[in-house]
Amino acid sequence: MRVSARSTQMIAKIVIWSAALLVIVLLLAIMIYILLKGVPTLNWQFLSEIPRDMGRSGGILSTVVGTLLVTAVAIVVATPLGVGTAFYLTEYTREGRVTRIIRFSAESLAGIPSIVYGLFGFIFFVIYLKLGWSILSGGLTLAVMILPTIIRTSEEAIRTVPSLYREVSFSLGGTKWQTITRAVIPSALPGIAIGIILGIGRCVAETAAVILTAGSALRMPISLFSPARTMAVHFYILAREGISMERAYGTAAILIILILLVNVVANMLVNRFVARGR
Amino acid sequence: MKSLKEKISESVFLLIALSALSALALITVFIFIEGVPIIAKVGVVNFVFGMKWAPSQGAFGIFPMIIGSVSVTLGAAVLGVPVALCCSIFLAEFAPATLSNLVRPAIQLLAGIPSVVYGFWGLVFIVPAIRNYLGGPGLSILAGSVILAIMILPTVISISEVSLLALPRLYKEGAFALGATHWQTIRSVLMPAAKSGIVAAIILGIGRAIGETMAVIMVLGNAVALPQSILDPARTLTTNIGIEMGYASGEHQEALFATGIVLLIIIMILNAIAQYAARRR
Repeated sequence: MRVSARSTQMIAKIVIWSAALLVIVLLLAIMIYILLKGVPTLNWQFLSEIPRDMGRSGGILSTVVGTLLVTAVAIVVATPLGVGTAFYLTEYTREGRVTRIIRFSAESLAGIPSIVYGLFGFIFFVIYLKLGWSILSGGLTLAVMILPTIIRTSEEAIRTVPSLYREVSFSLGGTKWQTITRAVIPSALPGIAIGIILGIGRCVAETAAVILTAGSALRMPISLFSPARTMAVHFYILAREGISMERAYGTAAILIILILLVNVVANMLVNRFVARGR
Repeated sequence: MKSLKEKISESVFLLIALSALSALALITVFIFIEGVPIIAKVGVVNFVFGMKWAPSQGAFGIFPMIIGSVSVTLGAAVLGVPVALCCSIFLAEFAPATLSNLVRPAIQLLAGIPSVVYGFWGLVFIVPAIRNYLGGPGLSILAGSVILAIMILPTVISISEVSLLALPRLYKEGAFALGATHWQTIRSVLMPAAKSGIVAAIILGIGRAIGETMAVIMVLGNAVALPQSILDPARTLTTNIGIEMGYASGEHQEALFATGIVLLIIIMILNAIAQYAARRR
């Protein structure tokens, strides 16, 4: 039987629309389920108390602090390196062997599994540099992990800055440094911010690399050298060891809300960036 | 004439730009230094093709885990890639602008959900469903494949969508002018033209699936035995590290780093293929 081109197209369209629908349904199924189960657990006490009895009771404050500190270290270290690399690739050099090597390194880093980052962070930061299981070790490991994301998004942002800006700056006698800091950076800033925000999202969500480098101590961290447990690690331990499902769902709900927030902010920036580019 | 300040700032930027390369070198060197001695002691063939993993008895064979990784990843590709490709065609060709502006952030969100959350969701939904309807313990290769199929969607969708959108408009107009329907155009003109990008997308998706740890730990059952069917539990290279790294020491720990070496080599090969495919136009 030969099917006419028109009916084939009809079938193809149905399949394609249902695939797109399936993706949305899956996303909603995961998010709504976690939020429905987790949000009832959330209250001020849950956020403001430190965990007691391995997490069976009390709140999750120390894991919130742990997440914030580890993420902060990662962002503070990765941002200058990533943005600097992007500037070097776009403003300081022509395409050639050096840029190829740098791009290859960044793309390879992007493909390395987080558990391998965990192994590396453990042997390099925790053991070799003697930082121990600490916020610093965890943050530095995550910094390496998010470096490619920040490089890529910053590079794209810098490339969308019209070359006119640079030409005008140069023609006014501006040096390269002045051109970058006064003409290019302000215009590329929202794009760079997108990369940083996506990096924050990855840090908050990461488990495998953090558990091997920051540890899983439930005590409130007192310095960057303290071990810490992030929310994602806390959720993993609660759920996997069946310590408290109720608290696991609560922690997961907070993680989902945070990721939602990160994405909304990133999208708002993207939209503003696109609108300005027109 | 460049001023001294300019020269200094240029070399500072070059130094910063080499951070990615140095990180890559450090990672490779340190993982290899830790893992190579045990591989040398056991022997490459015995390590990679050994059937028995019993660290307390000094048996370090990771073949069952290689099979575990490969089968879970293949399953994920079989389930996930068709859906992802349909979705990228939807976004690039069929979706009205308002709808694609809604679907794209949704897919981005899918990429942001923590992998532990995926694993947990799989544990409460997919695992019982498999146990009740298909039999077996539920914790299985199939459960891992389903979760990984969902997790690789954003990677495959976004990269193949980009390569579809990058095609010159002329291709489409030419096909339409010859009287082809929209679907015929997609199937016989656009997809073949975007092939290299789509191949890169699929390979990067496979790389993500092979490297995923936490989601898989929760749904795979983690048995070290060689799986006989997709309903059997299994252990992957990543979960082997994830589960045992917490308490391993000495040779056992070295063997986990050696597992990391195997993983790293697989990922590097996949990356190289993807980068090669993406460059070929």
